[in-house]
Amino acid sequence: MRYLADAAALARKDLLLELRGRETLPSMLLFVIAMLVAFRFALTDEGAEAADGLLWVAIVFTALLGLGRAFVAEREQGLLDGLVLAPCDRSAIWLGKLLATLAFLVAAEVIALPAFALFFDSLLDGGTLLAVLLADIGICAVGTLLAAMAVAGRARELLLPLLFLPLAIPIVVGGVGATVAADPGRYLGFLALYDIIFAILAWGTFEYVVTE
Amino acid sequence: MIRAQSLSKRFGGKRVLDRVDLEIPNGAFVVVTGPNGSGKTTLLRLCAGLAAPTGGRLEVAVERSELGYLGHEPLVYRELTALENLELYGRLYRVPERRERIGMLLERFGLWEGRRERAGSFSRGMLQRLALCRTLLHNPTLLLLDEPFNALDTEGASLLDRELAELGPGRTVVVATHDPARVEPLATGRLTFA
Repeated sequence: MRYLADAAALARKDLLLELRGRETLPSMLLFVIAMLVAFRFALTDEGAEAADGLLWVAIVFTALLGLGRAFVAEREQGLLDGLVLAPCDRSAIWLGKLLATLAFLVAAEVIALPAFALFFDSLLDGGTLLAVLLADIGICAVGTLLAAMAVAGRARELLLPLLFLPLAIPIVVGGVGATVAADPGRYLGFLALYDIIFAILAWGTFEYVVTE
Repeated sequence: MIRAQSLSKRFGGKRVLDRVDLEIPNGAFVVVTGPNGSGKTTLLRLCAGLAAPTGGRLEVAVERSELGYLGHEPLVYRELTALENLELYGRLYRVPERRERIGMLLERFGLWEGRRERAGSFSRGMLQRLALCRTLLHNPTLLLLDEPFNALDTEGASLLDRELAELGPGRTVVVATHDPARVEPLATGRLTFA
């Protein structure tokens, strides 16, 4: 229970920082809407069926924007030391960041998904919505770990996309599969498995990423 | 409390600490002095577990919950108020009677009036006072203070003098400072880096 209380306190702090700073969520919203508008004009009527795939590209890149901001306060003010010194389990820092980033991503999608349905005249079914939720969890689980790794490096703006995008390919594969397949069960299972594997990996290795 | 044998630390090709041996017993008050770049901060960061030695052994016989570290950065979120920052650390350190303890420290360091102001609006001296509140919040048994008098005005420095003098027995304090005379009356040992 204490572990969850620590993660909740850290997530609450990130939400409060966003409420005060209003930097991450508005950027993510603007970015995803701009991307969907660009895709709408880029696709001809014949290519409209590619839109399902482009939705997933938009989600991954929007998440990348949020992940790039995940550790900005800690980096700019040297605050990671303060969190590392605290007697809580260090993976609670990862879980707190994951929850906050997930909240921003879901909030962006609350606007982006209806916009996608409107622009592409597409009906988003329950399978797609569940796939988006599973993908969000996987993206934030692996992305938070990679964001912490990137923040310690010098070329952090380059490092995060370079590390994250290859690992996001299975999410795009699973997500597109769940969106277009008549029976999305197999793809949803694949996304859930991805979430479990990468959440365990990130949870277990985060301590080594934030300590020297 | 702290024991180092042949403790070394390198940053790339630069050797910052070179085979340092030291023993700091429980209840000691050790002043660390030396010129800029001599390794004072590195020693404190190693003791806090914020950096790993590249050679030798270092034993620090306290849990993280018993360690109070004041570094060059105040380690407070600029967008949060003084109260919110201390609330966050109070939760993470599981400080008993958290609100009372926070209120007492803010009063003592003259920050009570500004408790609902964002830390980002604080002067450097006020930030240092807030950092001291954060460091002392969980009543640590080992205090690692890196230039604690930095940016403090006369009143702030006097408050810290009083706080250090009133720490009581059983506390181990390691202070890195360029002004050793300030803490000399409390010191039981001195470590000088060349």
